[in-house]
Amino acid sequence: MRNKIIAALLLAALPVGAALAQSPQDQFKAAYEKAEATNKKAGELRNQWTVTANALKAAKAAADAGDFDKALKLAEQAEALAKASIVQTEREKTAWKDAVIR
Amino acid sequence: MFRKILISVACCAIFANGALAAETINPEQDFKEFRQFFQSKFPQVKLEDFVNGPYSVDEGLRKQWIEKEEFPPYDFALEKGKELMAKPFANGKTIADCFPNKGIGIRQDYPYFDAKEGQVITLELAVNRCLEQNGEKPFSYTGDDMASVTAYMAFTSRGKPFDIKIPNDPRALAAYEHGKQYFYQRRGQLNFSCASCHVQSPGELIRSERLAPALGILNAMPIYRSEWGGMGTISRRFTSCNSQVRGVPLKPQDAEYRDVEYYLSYMANGLPIVGPGSRP
Repeated sequence: MRNKIIAALLLAALPVGAALAQSPQDQFKAAYEKAEATNKKAGELRNQWTVTANALKAAKAAADAGDFDKALKLAEQAEALAKASIVQTEREKTAWKDAVIR
Repeated sequence: MFRKILISVACCAIFANGALAAETINPEQDFKEFRQFFQSKFPQVKLEDFVNGPYSVDEGLRKQWIEKEEFPPYDFALEKGKELMAKPFANGKTIADCFPNKGIGIRQDYPYFDAKEGQVITLELAVNRCLEQNGEKPFSYTGDDMASVTAYMAFTSRGKPFDIKIPNDPRALAAYEHGKQYFYQRRGQLNFSCASCHVQSPGELIRSERLAPALGILNAMPIYRSEWGGMGTISRRFTSCNSQVRGVPLKPQDAEYRDVEYYLSYMANGLPIVGPGSRP
């Protein structure tokens, strides 16, 4: 039983360990790719936000300047904005009807 | 048992009909309700005055505009537009040759639904198609040349009422509905729709800008805007509206923009063309 618990704890700790092992550069790269993919989806839905593009651009600039902490934060912000634009699009698929003049 | 099945089938049919009725596309009904809304909201404004946008609801701005019209800022665009219309292409033809009546007095008929292509054709799209079909480079949809040509065409159509037709074709009705949907859908980080400003808040100030009513909002296009320091096409107006609410604009003349132009122009049927206009 004790061995099983230790094994389970070790397994649970693996992803955390992997993340810790990631360099700031790799963490930024992963976050940036995620943000870009989400923003691409927003584009397919015909509703990207300018602020998402700005955040992506700023993230890239920070990474190019070697400030990966800042770059990571900006990439995460870009992903959050892209997600919000998708939520807006989904909501407006039906919500627009409530605003129509009657 | 058989009776129960019959009742169930009848009930389902009633619900299905109800749902269909709710989704029916009815431009004539929309037209009446749209007009009634603005006339009730601004009972002091004469119907044909809505085409003057912010000047119809702001007396101070109106006075400034009347003075400005003595030397209209769009005059240069009219001269340039006239020249471009008549300028021969490499093959000897001109823009004027591509249009009925050489492009004179026809603004009120655009946009129209092309049954062969199954899509809405705007005046700006028609101008660029003319150029391309004759081996010429198309104009920028947001640039001065397009604004000048459409300004001249509008000028020669002044006083003619918008005459937009929606044929009884499911594709035309779908384009109309698509335009209406785009007009009312919120977008951009600021979560604004076209209607947020031009239906829910006309006459109000947004920063220092007096918002125009949606009724007749395209009749004065293209416009000289002091804010832009130059002329602007309908494409420029739509794309800049999107940017202002922090949305990435679509490409000028994408279907959404052509369809929203179709919707708004139909809503303005019967109201006179007054373009080109000037706005603060």
